[in-house]
Amino acid sequence: MMLWETAPWMIWTILLPLGAGILTILFRRAAPWLGVAAALGTAVAAAGLAAQVMRGGSLRYPVGGWGVPLGIELRADGLSTLMLAMSAVIGLGVSVYAARYFSDEDAEDAKDDFEVQQHRRAYFWPLWMFLLAGLNGLFLSADVFHLYVTLELLGFSAVSLAALTGKRAALVAAMRYLLVSLLGSLCFLFGVVLLYAAYATVDMAALAELAKASPITWSALALMTGGLLMKGAVFPLHFWLPPAHANAPAPVSALLSALVVEASFYILLRLWFELFRGVVTLPAANFLGLLGAAAILWGSFQALQQRRLKLLVAYSTVAQLGYLFVIFPLAQIPGVAFTAWSGCLYFILAHACAKTAMFLAAGNIAHAAGHDRIDELNGIMHSLPLSVCAFMLAGISLIGLPPSGGFIAKWMLLDAAITGHQWGWAILMLAGSLLTAGYVMRVLGHAFTRVEKARPLHRVPRTMEWTAVGLSVLAVLLGLLASRPMELLRIGAPVANAPAAIDTGGQR
Amino acid sequence: MNLEPAMLYPLAAVGLFAIGLYALIAYTHLLRKILALNVMGTGVFLFLIAIANRAPGPVPDPVPHAMVLTGIVVSVCGTGLALALANRVQATTRKMQLPNDEEGDA
Repeated sequence: MMLWETAPWMIWTILLPLGAGILTILFRRAAPWLGVAAALGTAVAAAGLAAQVMRGGSLRYPVGGWGVPLGIELRADGLSTLMLAMSAVIGLGVSVYAARYFSDEDAEDAKDDFEVQQHRRAYFWPLWMFLLAGLNGLFLSADVFHLYVTLELLGFSAVSLAALTGKRAALVAAMRYLLVSLLGSLCFLFGVVLLYAAYATVDMAALAELAKASPITWSALALMTGGLLMKGAVFPLHFWLPPAHANAPAPVSALLSALVVEASFYILLRLWFELFRGVVTLPAANFLGLLGAAAILWGSFQALQQRRLKLLVAYSTVAQLGYLFVIFPLAQIPGVAFTAWSGCLYFILAHACAKTAMFLAAGNIAHAAGHDRIDELNGIMHSLPLSVCAFMLAGISLIGLPPSGGFIAKWMLLDAAITGHQWGWAILMLAGSLLTAGYVMRVLGHAFTRVEKARPLHRVPRTMEWTAVGLSVLAVLLGLLASRPMELLRIGAPVANAPAAIDTGGQR
Repeated sequence: MNLEPAMLYPLAAVGLFAIGLYALIAYTHLLRKILALNVMGTGVFLFLIAIANRAPGPVPDPVPHAMVLTGIVVSVCGTGLALALANRVQATTRKMQLPNDEEGDA
């Protein structure tokens, strides 16, 4: 047990996928096995780290023994551990799915020639492993420059994965995604540089102490936030997301929607609640909240109108991301800040599980039917009961019906809004739930329609059906197993419910 | 207005960033867009070099230099990826610019 308690799990969550990424380039035949093994190892390391943080509070780890100011330090608190654990679980599920998906001879597009399929198989695993390494590095970063580097690593693998099918639509979408992503990170980098110019450090803890309201700090905050809004696909900068996510292979869409976009939001949380907590103002927070509100409404309306299932799910991501931005105005109210904070983090967890399950289920449906036109999916329930069931359970969590994880998250956000007398935000969230119900039911309505003679369908491998079901069940179970994650997100939380109780939010 | 030489570099850096941003939005040719991003990046790097000079004493601050080196590596990777993708876009659409139609087919 000694090793379990003292091992530097933090560094393993980065090294394992990074090493596996290189190995999957060298040993292509064993790539699926290596990938699943690395995802499993990363999950074990994340569990070890979570146990350490639960026991001893926030941790810092100087890489190679070089700490601040010369070296790079990794940092794990409740927020980063939670995000790390989430990406480990989702990553494991998607890896198992992908191992089957990319080895299937008649994958989604049976018409593709053998060579194209070989290519996809050869490139998916290294790119996904590098993506996981970048993601874990991002969650553990303790300084803003390291955040920039990991953000770029993440962006490069995400763009390459989005282009994986090599088709016209996917290539165009990936190119647009790359341009937006590069512009976003350059803005972020300029913000980092301004911060260094003003305070001569990039360490987040030191910056949080030093940062005070001044034109240069505001410019840095505006540049970094603007860059992240672009990368995080917030309305009206979401235009690149639906085509990029919808034209990727199913496991890639799931990863991009559940993990990559959330990484930008994670950095925004760090900036707004730690680094610049003394600098941000209520009007600025309200502005972000309004962008979120517009995203909820616009994304949902677009989802209602889509003719393709994967585009519907992608627009649903735009809408659900809007919910996260409601935290910025809500957390400005002292009495309910921590409730809103917990609700928001729980929303990330619930959305990640549900959206992964939904994209995997949509991938199964598209695989079976050979297309994903919603109007022609009548009666698919009879041939694919498991996948439709997964889609339904994921939908329940997205809508926020009890006892799902989405319910708990929305409940806490609503609680914060109502206790803080923020009726506008409360009504908005309820309206968003109704719209979500609308587009989920639209798909289910077609799926459950009885048809006289079913059309012949491709066979869907069992592993692919069951991983979708497993993740959707997890999304629902998150509502019942809320106590552990809640305990974790309390550790090192930057906000507390009442001004007098700030010390209870700190380390235990 | 008396402009100190020390202010010249940061101002030039902001100017480069703005020119790059304008070009990125104004031009549709993909190569121009990629070049525009590189000009923006150069603006940021120039700013970093300008800060390094600010340190007291004859020796400049090494941290911004390290950041510029890292930044250049990242920027070269990004440019490489962008060029490769642009190449593929041209091969499939026969144009070096992004089409206006969205979302593709099933």
